Amino acid sequence: MNIIWVILIAVSIVAAFWTGGLEAVTRAMFDGAKAAVEISLFLLGIVSLWLGITKIIEDSGLIYRISRAFRPLITRLFKTVPPDHPAITSITLNMLANFFGLGNAATPLGIKAMQDLQTLNEDKDSLTFEMMLFIVLNTASVQLIPFTVVGILSDFGSANPSAIVFPTIISTVISAIIALGVLLLFRRLMK
Amino acid sequence: MKTVAFISQLAIPAFILFAVLYGAFKKVRVYDSFVGGAKEGLQVIVKIFPYLLAIFVAVKAFQASGAFDLIRQALSGSFSALGIPPEVLSVAIIKPLSGSASTAIFTDIVKTTGPDSLASRISAVIIGSAETTFFVLAVYLGAVNIRRTKYLVPVCLIADGVGILIAIAVVKLMF
Repeated sequence: MNIIWVILIAVSIVAAFWTGGLEAVTRAMFDGAKAAVEISLFLLGIVSLWLGITKIIEDSGLIYRISRAFRPLITRLFKTVPPDHPAITSITLNMLANFFGLGNAATPLGIKAMQDLQTLNEDKDSLTFEMMLFIVLNTASVQLIPFTVVGILSDFGSANPSAIVFPTIISTVISAIIALGVLLLFRRLMK
Repeated sequence: MKTVAFISQLAIPAFILFAVLYGAFKKVRVYDSFVGGAKEGLQVIVKIFPYLLAIFVAVKAFQASGAFDLIRQALSGSFSALGIPPEVLSVAIIKPLSGSASTAIFTDIVKTTGPDSLASRISAVIIGSAETTFFVLAVYLGAVNIRRTKYLVPVCLIADGVGILIAIAVVKLMF
C-alpha cells in the first residue's frame, strides 16, 4: 500500500506539472479530503446500523445457529476458523449481500467479518491468510446481477439490457477462481 | 432476473424482521442490544477514516492530473490493434480506483457508442465483475488497523488485471 500511495501521489503531481494542471490537482486533493469525510459519514450510519443488528443476533444466539448452518461451506475455504465462531456468520452474510448486490449491507458486514477474523489473529499487526482470502473474494465481487449497469443500458434503449448478465457472471466466476489461484500461488512462493 | 430483483429487495427487510422477532422471542432486550451494538460504529469509522482520506486524496489527484490520459494514450494503440474499442481502457483503469467515476464513464460510453455496442458491453461486464479494489482495501484494512499486508496488494492488482482481460475475452467470444 505504501508504494502504491507514493506512486499515485508522485505520478499525479509530476504529470500535472507536465500538462499544466497543477491547480486542478491541488483542488482535487482537497476535494478528495472532502469526499473521504462524506463517505465516512455515510459509512458511520450504515456500519452502526449493521453493528446494531448483528448485536441483536449475537445476544439471541441466532449468530451461532447461522454459523453452524453455513459451517460446512465456509470452513472449506476458511480452514482455521473454529466451527461456531461468529466470523462464519459475518463472512456468510457479507457474501450473500455481495451476491445479491446489496452494497449497503455488504461493506458493514465485511468490516464486521474482518474484526471477527482479527480476534483469531495472533500477530495483530499483520494479515492472516484467512483475512487475505476474504478480501480477495470481496474484490472479485461475486455478484448475481449487476443492477446498476443493466439499469443504465435499459435507460439508453438497449434492445436486450440483460444480455450482459450471463457474460458478467461467467467472467466474475472465472476471475474469482483465478484470484484465488494467484493468492495460493503467492502463499506458496512467499513461504 | 425479476425473481433475483425481488429477492434483493426482500433480503434486508426480511433479515432485519427475522433478527428482531427471533431476539424478542428469545427474551432479548432487542432495543438495548441494537443501541449497544450501534455504539461501536463510531470507533470503527474513526479507525477507518485516515485510510479513506489517504486513498481518496491520492485517487482524486491521480484522476485530475492528466496522468490517466497519458496512460490511455500510451495503451490505446495496442488495444485497437487487438480489436478492442479504446473506450474500454478508461473504464478498466478507473474501476479499481473509483466506483462513481467508473459509472459516470460507463454512462458516457453508452451515450456516445450506443447501448448495444461492443464498447458498452465490454465496459458493462468489467463494471459488473470488478470491484473498487482500493476502496475495499482501505476500508477493510483500516477496520483492523493492520500495517503489514504481506502479499495482498500485488495479488489484488494482478487479479484485477486478469479479471479485465477475462471480461474482454468473454464478451468477444459471446457476442
